[in-house]
Amino acid sequence: MSSIPHDHVAGHDHAHDHRPSGIARWLTTTNHKDIGTMYLIFSFAMFLVGGCMALTIRAELFQPGLQVVHPEFFNSMTTLHGLIMVFGAIMPAAVGFANWMIPMLIGAPDMAFARMNNWSFWLLPPAAILLVTSLFVPGGAAAAGWTLYPPLTIQAGMGTDLTIFAVHIMGASSIMGSINIITTILNLRAPGMTLMKMPMFCWTWLITAYLLIAVMPVLAGAVTMLLTDRHFGTSFFNAAGGGDPVLFQHIFWFFGHPEVYIIILPAFGIISEIIPVFSRKPLFGYASMVYATAGIAILSFIVWAHHMFTTGMPLAGTLFFMYATMLIAVPTGVKVFNWLATMWKGAMTFETPMLFAVGFLFLFTMGGFTGLVLAIMPIDVQLQDTYYVVAHFHYVMVAGSLFAFFSGAYYWLPKWTGTMYDEKIGQLHFWTSFVTFNITFFPMHFLGLAGMPRRIPDYAQQFADWNLVASVGAFGFGLSQLIFLWAVIKCATGSGAKAPAKPWEGGTSLEWTLPSPAPYHTFETPPVVK
Amino acid sequence: MVRNQAKERAGRRRVGMAGIAALLSPGIALAAREWNLQPPVTTIAQQQNDLHVFIFWICVVIFIAVFGVMFYSIFRHRKSVGHVPAQFHENTLVEIVWTVVPFLILLFMAFPATKTILAMKDTSAPDMTVKITGYQWKWGYDYLQDGFGFYSSLKTPLAQIENREPKGENYLLEVDNPLVVPVDAKVRLLITADDVIHAWWVPAFGVKQDAIPGFVRDTWFKAEKPGVYRGQCAELCGKEHGFMPIVVEVKTKAEYATWVAAQKAKVAAAADDPAKVWDLRDLVARGEKVYAANCVACHQASGKGVAGAFPALDGSKVVNGPVAEQRALVLNGKQGTAMASFRQLSDTDIAAVITYTRNSWGNKTGEAEQPAAVLAARK
Amino acid sequence: MSAAQTGTTPHYYVPQPSHWPIVGSVALLLMGMGAAFWMNDVAAGRYMLGAGFIVLLVMLFGWFGTVIRESEGRLYGKQVDASFRWSMGWFIFSEVMFFAAFFGALFYVRNLSVPDLGSLGGKLVWPDFAAGWPSVGPYVKEQFTPMGAIGIPLLNTIILLTSGFTLTLAHHALKENNRGGLKFWLFCTVALGITFLGFQAYEYVHAYQDLNLKLTTGVYGSTFFMLTGFHGAHVTVGAIMLTVMLVRAIKGHFTPDHHFAFEAAAWYWHFVDVVWLLLFVLVYWL
Ligand code: HEA
Ligand code: HEA
Ligand code: HEC
Ligand code: CUA
Ligand SMILES: [Cu+2]
Repeated sequence: MSSIPHDHVAGHDHAHDHRPSGIARWLTTTNHKDIGTMYLIFSFAMFLVGGCMALTIRAELFQPGLQVVHPEFFNSMTTLHGLIMVFGAIMPAAVGFANWMIPMLIGAPDMAFARMNNWSFWLLPPAAILLVTSLFVPGGAAAAGWTLYPPLTIQAGMGTDLTIFAVHIMGASSIMGSINIITTILNLRAPGMTLMKMPMFCWTWLITAYLLIAVMPVLAGAVTMLLTDRHFGTSFFNAAGGGDPVLFQHIFWFFGHPEVYIIILPAFGIISEIIPVFSRKPLFGYASMVYATAGIAILSFIVWAHHMFTTGMPLAGTLFFMYATMLIAVPTGVKVFNWLATMWKGAMTFETPMLFAVGFLFLFTMGGFTGLVLAIMPIDVQLQDTYYVVAHFHYVMVAGSLFAFFSGAYYWLPKWTGTMYDEKIGQLHFWTSFVTFNITFFPMHFLGLAGMPRRIPDYAQQFADWNLVASVGAFGFGLSQLIFLWAVIKCATGSGAKAPAKPWEGGTSLEWTLPSPAPYHTFETPPVVK
Repeated sequence: MVRNQAKERAGRRRVGMAGIAALLSPGIALAAREWNLQPPVTTIAQQQNDLHVFIFWICVVIFIAVFGVMFYSIFRHRKSVGHVPAQFHENTLVEIVWTVVPFLILLFMAFPATKTILAMKDTSAPDMTVKITGYQWKWGYDYLQDGFGFYSSLKTPLAQIENREPKGENYLLEVDNPLVVPVDAKVRLLITADDVIHAWWVPAFGVKQDAIPGFVRDTWFKAEKPGVYRGQCAELCGKEHGFMPIVVEVKTKAEYATWVAAQKAKVAAAADDPAKVWDLRDLVARGEKVYAANCVACHQASGKGVAGAFPALDGSKVVNGPVAEQRALVLNGKQGTAMASFRQLSDTDIAAVITYTRNSWGNKTGEAEQPAAVLAARK
Repeated sequence: MSAAQTGTTPHYYVPQPSHWPIVGSVALLLMGMGAAFWMNDVAAGRYMLGAGFIVLLVMLFGWFGTVIRESEGRLYGKQVDASFRWSMGWFIFSEVMFFAAFFGALFYVRNLSVPDLGSLGGKLVWPDFAAGWPSVGPYVKEQFTPMGAIGIPLLNTIILLTSGFTLTLAHHALKENNRGGLKFWLFCTVALGITFLGFQAYEYVHAYQDLNLKLTTGVYGSTFFMLTGFHGAHVTVGAIMLTVMLVRAIKGHFTPDHHFAFEAAAWYWHFVDVVWLLLFVLVYWL
């Protein structure tokens, strides 16, 4: 079978199968598939929690006037919605995919540090508990936005401290997860699987993991300074003591901008797996995809102040950050064009994964263009902190990352569960999501242009129409997500057609050489890649 | 009232339809301003609008080109129409082209943007200077050359916000004392804040500048048309962030001069003599107004505060204890809490509000704080 | 660098299910919530924080104990060893970035915010503030004396550099299978580390009592104590790691070609060293 000798200790297998049952299995597991499953379930649960907060926001904004919640609680909803969606839903989903798929895609037996992998996951529930508890403590949850700008955060109550510790814990989880992923990819590839033969998803995650290791500690530093400013009398962000509130913004966005690429790069990876399979054609420009991803990552460290154009930066800074930001359109464009060239002259079919991938491509690019509009500093001065920004980032994060994750979920569900998802349900999920997504977020461009600030619980009359449309759309979009739940439950309970080992005609990567569902232990003997 | 609301809703629906129609045909669209940038009245705002239109159309063109290709491919290169997949996966030439061409397009965009930025950052040679201070939650305007200043806070009544009354035309966009400036004058703004970060934003002027506590940032505008222009605070600043609008009245030079004169006269008249001795009842009556303007947001009209965030003044130890302590607290605030310094109020106002809190709700100290004591406590 | 290279252990070791991670999570939950309660004067906070810390210690003992047993049981082959190397390297990189945030803050306040506060615009808010470094900002009025570089800091620099050297000697001894040398030089390193910490503690007391330099002394105090404090915390962790290595050396662990735990601790120690050099130059000296 292979030219390289790799002995295999038979007894080892049996030891593995003495795994605890019931809840203890999940608490103590060191299996990358179990851990991946837990990540994905956790992430979807947090998506529902964060989504309910979004619906509270949209309900309040349905009409002018205060109807549903108090302004302070509204601000808490905005803040927690942002934090939970970013740190609780999107990032863990990406790690869940990494856990399930990276070992299978590179032919590794498991993640490099299986026990630490368990801890990376099990740190998330405590963080979520801290965040949710903060809603119930005196003074309420953090309400200064997910960006936690001082001095507003300095004023707030205990909820903010809980949030800060939650961020610390999630950061630790991300760092450990990233170290694990980097080590797995660099050290555990099957013989013959050179770096430039790896599936694209592994590349995007490798680069994402580097971003995470570089910026999560910076975020931890930033919130630590907030904490000491709040409780121990330091003056980092206090002008009276020689500090500067804007310093926090610099540190935060030094983390925050790479963070948005942390959110999107794994999604790019998934899309790069799916488009070739459903076009029945190899990925166009593999090497340039790798370089473009690396280019995006490198550029992401020198653009952060485009979130701070209105703080009154000196001229040189403004120009530098504007130019650098605009440059990111080039490597991102390369990726978009490569995907198109992959589709070009293929033989495409449009099962649900491909639908979501095409939806992603279409809507993400739109979000990218609005990003470019925001990067033009004079225009940003009009649009900063308006709903235009809200529209921009929901296009790239919801129609971008989230859609890509849906795409990946439908793509790999047969491998995970051994059951085909129901194509009709999948298509319904896509079309309702696609339509209601646009009803929700497209009008926000108009609101922003017309001058509606973000993070406000009530607004002037001229914004009433589009808010009404957006709110209706939001509830529709929320309901559409229940369809996904339905599709997944059907697969998980095995009601549906039995999935073959390779349900997709165009699939070429290693996971399709395994039976569906993938056995508990795979590739204990590394396969050989030619 | 019911009829009024119905009309309002019908009106809104009509605008909504117009908006949708506008989407389809840009021609009609220009009328309904709820979906595009507000009409500019400064050259900067005009340039920003032009830039937006310019970039927007470039993006539209690229978008149509790119997705034209995609949809062509989707319709022609699908398996169901029997297309056989090609197997190419590289082409150095096109890869170079689609790296270089976007780069050139970006250069093309960066050029006009840079010109506008240079103009925006040039605050030299102003005709007048106004210092703007953001407070939780109102704006303070100081006319540095003329030596007067005032506060500007939301005028919309609570009843409208809480849906007990129909909403007015400028709902949430109206203030008691607007900023007044002359037309065609370069107004330099020195912007700062007292407590947290706010942002002073008037879309028609193309000005948005964060107000950062402890630091002063400057920007400028030169309005070319008299009128009333409205904006909002654009940085989350706490619970009333949505309720601190900005209104600027641009007057002709002559009108402006009259207004300045009137303003100066008012200031002179309003200056209370701090040596005057007041009686308890007058102080409480005045204090109630001061309280309503400055303190209710946190400590509430009931004096009960907000549990966990803002302490109750009703029954508070400080309010019922030695007056000196409360005087110091109101004058200096308490570092690191939302309780800011109120030394910007006049001695009489501070004396009045202290007296009011000490003699309202359950508090019955019977003490009348005098302005002279406040003046003495200022260092 | 492909998989399944020849080594003493043929397969990649994947550990059994373990309860240590979940214990660690409980510990951090208790600590996070406890600390938040404690800082807001909720009575239970201190006890939760303490309990969390104890659980964390139990977890660390248990987890590292398991790893040490696995390592001594020769379950880790060459490939696992390589994994450890990658991971320790990147872990240290993440620590570098953590310090970078604080160094960045120092840079920013010294070169941007303090001068800005004293600039023409700043005069509008702070009429009589003169910018300069060290600075406590325009509002804090206390007098203090900044910490000089000559004296304890210089001494500490020499101590840490020496400890880096003795550690290298210990490593050489280990590779030459000179157990006595290993133990001796390792002991010296730990002793130097502890001396460093003693001096630093003394310096803090001196700062508080004689120089009126406190954590609350404006932005100078903030950056000074946070940077040196986090560094001190890392020295403490490093010293504990080295102490564990010393105990293991005494117990007869490590062989000349299988001792990554020792190397990892050494890497960490050198990293702490380098951070100190930066601190010495940027915080104390300039
Ligand atoms: C997944 C997350 C994600 C992604 C991928 C992006 C991508 C981009 N973002 Fe976005 N952004 C956010 C998430 C993201 N953003 C979030 C969350 C915020 C708000 C945070 C907050 O304040 O709460 C934000 C805010 C934000 C701002 C600040 C707005 C403000 O507050 O004032 C700016 C300004 O420059 C910006 C720019 C960009 C740019 C230029 C890109 C580029 O990467 C986009 C590049 C892509 C394209 C351009 C399309 C494809 C390219 C082609 C087809 C090639 C040809 C094109 C041309 C030559 C034009 N973003
Ligand atoms: C990837 C991250 C992500 C995701 C997925 C979303 C998803 C959504 N967001 Fe999010 N949003 C952010 C990240 C994200 N958001 C961030 C970072 C901010 C900035 C925060 C800040 O300003 O600090 C923000 C801010 C933000 C605002 C601005 C708030 C403000 O400025 O005050 C709004 C307003 O409409 C909004 C709406 C929505 C909606 C309607 C969804 C929908 O997609 C949600 C859909 C999901 C559900 C609705 C839940 C699932 C369904 C059920 C539980 C069943 C029940 C449903 C029904 C009965 C209908 N978001
Ligand atoms: C932005 C919110 C806010 C505003 C406006 C405000 N306060 Fe306060 N006030 C607070 C907070 C918060 C505290 C608690 C400070 C602390 O933690 O000790 C406080 C404390 C007090 C106390 C001490 C109460 C006690 O028992 O400790 C008094 C008296 C007081 N404020 C009076 C006033 C007066 C008079 C005004 C108006 C002129 C006012 N406050 C405006 C937030 C506010
Ligand atoms: Cu002031 Cu928002
Ligand atoms: Cu960004």
